Amino acid sequence: MARMKFLCDADRCIECNACVTACKNEHEVPWGINRRRVVTLNDGKPGERSVSMACMHCTDAPCAAVCPVNCFYTTADAVVLHSKDICIGCGYCFYACPFGAPQYPRVGNFGSRGKMDKCTYCSGGPEPDFSTAEYEKYGSNRLAEGKLPLCAEMCSTKALLAGDGEMIAEIYKQRVIKRGYGSGAWGWKTAYRETVAI
Amino acid sequence: MRRATTFLSTLLLAVMLLAVPGALSPAQAQNPIQADGQNPIQADGQNPMGARPTADSVNEEFLFKQESKIRGRVSIPDGKSANLIQPQGREYQNFRERWLPWIGALTILGMLAALGAFFLFRGRIMMEHSQESGKKILRFNAFERFTHWMTAVCFIILSLSGLNYIFGKRLLMPLIGPEAFGAIAQWAKYSHVYLAWPFMLGVAFMFVLWIRDNIPNKVDWAWIKAGGGFIGKGHPHAARFNAGQKGVFWMVAGFGAAMGVTGLMMLFPFALTDINGMQVMQVIHSVIGIIFIAGILAHIYIGTLGMEGAYDAMGSGKVDLAWARAHHDLWVEQEQARTASGPQLKGHPAPAE
Repeated sequence: MARMKFLCDADRCIECNACVTACKNEHEVPWGINRRRVVTLNDGKPGERSVSMACMHCTDAPCAAVCPVNCFYTTADAVVLHSKDICIGCGYCFYACPFGAPQYPRVGNFGSRGKMDKCTYCSGGPEPDFSTAEYEKYGSNRLAEGKLPLCAEMCSTKALLAGDGEMIAEIYKQRVIKRGYGSGAWGWKTAYRETVAI
Repeated sequence: MRRATTFLSTLLLAVMLLAVPGALSPAQAQNPIQADGQNPIQADGQNPMGARPTADSVNEEFLFKQESKIRGRVSIPDGKSANLIQPQGREYQNFRERWLPWIGALTILGMLAALGAFFLFRGRIMMEHSQESGKKILRFNAFERFTHWMTAVCFIILSLSGLNYIFGKRLLMPLIGPEAFGAIAQWAKYSHVYLAWPFMLGVAFMFVLWIRDNIPNKVDWAWIKAGGGFIGKGHPHAARFNAGQKGVFWMVAGFGAAMGVTGLMMLFPFALTDINGMQVMQVIHSVIGIIFIAGILAHIYIGTLGMEGAYDAMGSGKVDLAWARAHHDLWVEQEQARTASGPQLKGHPAPAE
């Protein structure tokens, strides 16, 4: 089994936001929620850089650890998923997530958050694969179809890489060697407690 | 932060003034990867500044040296998503999962053990009978009792639903399964969110009602030195509230305010603070909540099991005069001066006794 990861090669990201749009469309993500986003650092200044970020499917995921109802689980591919049937919308996973991935639809007064929504690595939820319930709650299940997450698949500059951690790290290493520079695997240290040696 | 920015911009200005063509830009010096001579752009001399715009951009290591988290700009309205990486989430995880369960269990079980030990050694503090036994004196009126019980009922439900956030998945979930526990936890969350309001109202009412009788004075110091009648023999003087009860009052006022403020911050997340502020609010709310629960356990013990005659004060509102004379002698004198023998204030009828 693979250990699925995301890697954003920030030296290639052109902030086109196509990954954001593709994700929203693929999974019919509700209004106000963005499972993926592009953050621009040093915007308009020398050294500007854009990074596409979503749930990193961490090792020892903080969201799963702090969840008071243990609604998270990790798949055989090391994808961190959760059950919206058990989630109570307490918001703790957002406080714990280093990448701001969990989001909550607003369903009432006094901060009554709805069931948490986040990137599923295009692999649905606990419901049976390809079921309507799964699609309505979590979106499509591309991994079960043998495909990788759409955001990375359709990235126009191939900045966003998805797949087995060792494989995408190797691709990234080759790129860095070839072009002579690289700003590193953003978020890997925090997410996986290791980084790509370059 | 501002000083650092000023320093950096001054440095940048100085470097720009001194810059000669082909000199290394500061950004280049910050980039860990130096590939001089290998880069086609630099080799071709396409950029007149000699800079390599892609290679010289910011990197994670450099940004973490400037600030504890990496922030940028996003084109979506959700401002929170402009935080790219906040490693403090890992610290919050560590606190909540490693420390908090132990802090909670040790504090609350420690208090229960202490109360159990006290009960074993001291036993129930019984009423001492005198010729005044059997007569009653009004200690708390209906509104005071209503306020107390409204706050108390809310507190108990808030405590249980609050503890559920820490211990539910460890104790209850293995017993009843994730689906049933999820449903219970959902209702616990709703009760926590909605009962917070009458609780805050109750604390505010109690503060206004009883602050007059809870200002610390010299009598309290003597009461504490005499061991409050718990340890030594006899009863030290006390007015309407003794030093112990004043302690409970100020604990409820202080902790109630702290829980209210941190709780409101969580009810309206990110209204006034950012992600790290939310983490701090959560830490304060949980730690004070646990100490608050332990404190109230002691209050419940002494008001019910620990002392005969004490519960009547909040039950019927009328306590035995002998009990009142023993425990709150100065208050009884004051009340009797005010009602029976003294001048009638605001036309209060003299009580039957």
